[in-house]
Amino acid sequence: MKLEMKDSPGQLVAALKPISEVGGNIIAVIHQRDEKAEGDVLGVQIVLELQEQRLGELLSLIKSQGVNVLRLGKERLLYKQTMIMIGHIMHTDLGDTVDRIDCTGFAEVTELTMVMPAINEPSSARLVIKAVNKADMEQALGILRGVAKEKNLLIIEPLEATG
Amino acid sequence: MKIAILGMGSVGRGLLEMIDGKELGLTVTGIADSKSALLDPDGIHIEEVLIAKRERGYCGDKSLSAADVVEQGDYDVLVEVTPTDADSGEPATGFIKTAIGRGKHVVTSNKGPIALHFSTLQSLARKHGVVIRYEATVGGAIPVLHTLEHGLAGNRVLAVYGILNGTSNFILTRMAAEGLTYEQALLEAREMGYAEADPTYDVKGIDAAIKLVILSNTIWKRNVKLSDVTITGIDMLTNDALRLAEEQHCTIRLIAEAIPEKGILRVAPRILPRTHPLVVENTLNAITIDTDMAGEITLIGKGAGSRETASACIGDLLFIKDSHARGN
Repeated sequence: MKLEMKDSPGQLVAALKPISEVGGNIIAVIHQRDEKAEGDVLGVQIVLELQEQRLGELLSLIKSQGVNVLRLGKERLLYKQTMIMIGHIMHTDLGDTVDRIDCTGFAEVTELTMVMPAINEPSSARLVIKAVNKADMEQALGILRGVAKEKNLLIIEPLEATG
Repeated sequence: MKIAILGMGSVGRGLLEMIDGKELGLTVTGIADSKSALLDPDGIHIEEVLIAKRERGYCGDKSLSAADVVEQGDYDVLVEVTPTDADSGEPATGFIKTAIGRGKHVVTSNKGPIALHFSTLQSLARKHGVVIRYEATVGGAIPVLHTLEHGLAGNRVLAVYGILNGTSNFILTRMAAEGLTYEQALLEAREMGYAEADPTYDVKGIDAAIKLVILSNTIWKRNVKLSDVTITGIDMLTNDALRLAEEQHCTIRLIAEAIPEKGILRVAPRILPRTHPLVVENTLNAITIDTDMAGEITLIGKGAGSRETASACIGDLLFIKDSHARGN
C-alpha cells in the first residue's frame, strides 16, 4: 500500500504500529522522497502480509493516526510452486484435476504447459500452483497427490516443497 | 592387523590391489570367493591370488569355503564384501554374526545385512566388545558415516537428503543434456557398464531406498525398514518432463529424503534448481546433512567403483586399527 503522511518525526512509526497490532507482517518499507510531493508531505510504500479480514481494521487504525492511504494493491496468493506431471493427463480429465485445486479457495493452478508427444504416449505438463501461504500449499499438494494416485499420474514435486 | 576378506568381485579385488600396493599395516590371512578359499595365518601373497583368480576363475582351495575362513581363520577383522542380497541378507549376515561371536570386528560393503538386521548386529557387536563398520554401503567413496559419527559429533541431525544412486543419476543427466528418452539413456548406461542387465533396483529407487534406510538407522536408530520408505523410481520419466524443468532453469534428480520430524522417508524424482548443490552430474552421489549446529553440510563424490569402494572399506579398517585393535 502507498501511504501519504506528514514529514515530521514519529509519523512513520505511527503508520507502521497498527500493522503489528492487527497481526500483519511487514515485508518491506520503501521510503522515498517523492519529487512530486508537495511541502511537508511524505510518500511511503509498505509491502505487508495480512489476513484479509483484518484489512478494514488496519485501514481505519492508520487513518486515525492522520495518515492517508493513497493506494492499495492486493496479491492474494503469495506462495508459488512449480511441479511436473506425467501420464495420461488429458484423458484423465485435466479440467477436473485443475478444478480440484482451484475449488479449494486457497490455492489455484495459475499456469499449465503441456507436451503431448503422440496418442497413447504419456504427456508431460508443468503446473504452477499459487497458494495463500505455505500451509495451504502443503494442503494443495496433498490434494494433488491424491488426484495423481487416483488417475495414475506421476507428480514430480520441487525439493523445497517439504524442506 | 590381520584381516580376512570374503568376496572377490570387483570390490574384493579392488581392496586386495590397494592393500597390496600401499603400506597400510594390514595382513590378509584369509580370502574366500564363491567357489573356494585359502587361509594363511602368516599372510597371503596377494598378487598370486589375484593372478590365480584372473586365470582360473577362483582364488584358492576348492575344498575350503567362506564358512571355513570365518570360523577358523586367524584374523582381527572380517571384511565382508560379497554381493548384496536385499531380501534375506544371507549368507553375509550369518558370516558377520559368526565373526562377531568370535570377538572379531567386521567391515562390510554389503547393504543387505545392514539394512535388514542393523539393530541385531549392533547389539551383538556391543555384547562381544567389537565394532561393525559399513561406510562402503552408502555413497561409495563418500565418508558420510565417518562425517556423521565424528565430524558432526554432538550435532542433532534434522534431515538427510541426497542422490544415493549413480546409475539413475547418470540416466537423468543424459536425458537432460542430450534430450534422450529414458530407454535410450538406460541403454547408454548399460553400455558404459553403469547399469545391470536387470536395472530394477537402480531405476525403481530401491537401491537408493535401502541406503536411505541404512542412513536413517545410523542417525536416528529408529529401526526403519525398506517397506517404510515411499518409493517412486525414474522409469516413468519422459524427456519432455526434463525439458519442462530445464526451461525454468531447473532439472530433475532422484532424491532420497528422511525428515523424521515430518514423518518423511521417501525416494522420488524431484525438481531442483540447476544451481542446487545436490545437482551433480553423471554417476556422482551427493548427500546433504542438515544439523542444528553446523547447518547444512553437503558431501559429493563417487558413489561406486572398485577403488572407490575400497577407499571406504580401508577407511573403516584403519579406523578400527587405530582405535580398537591397538597392540594387535
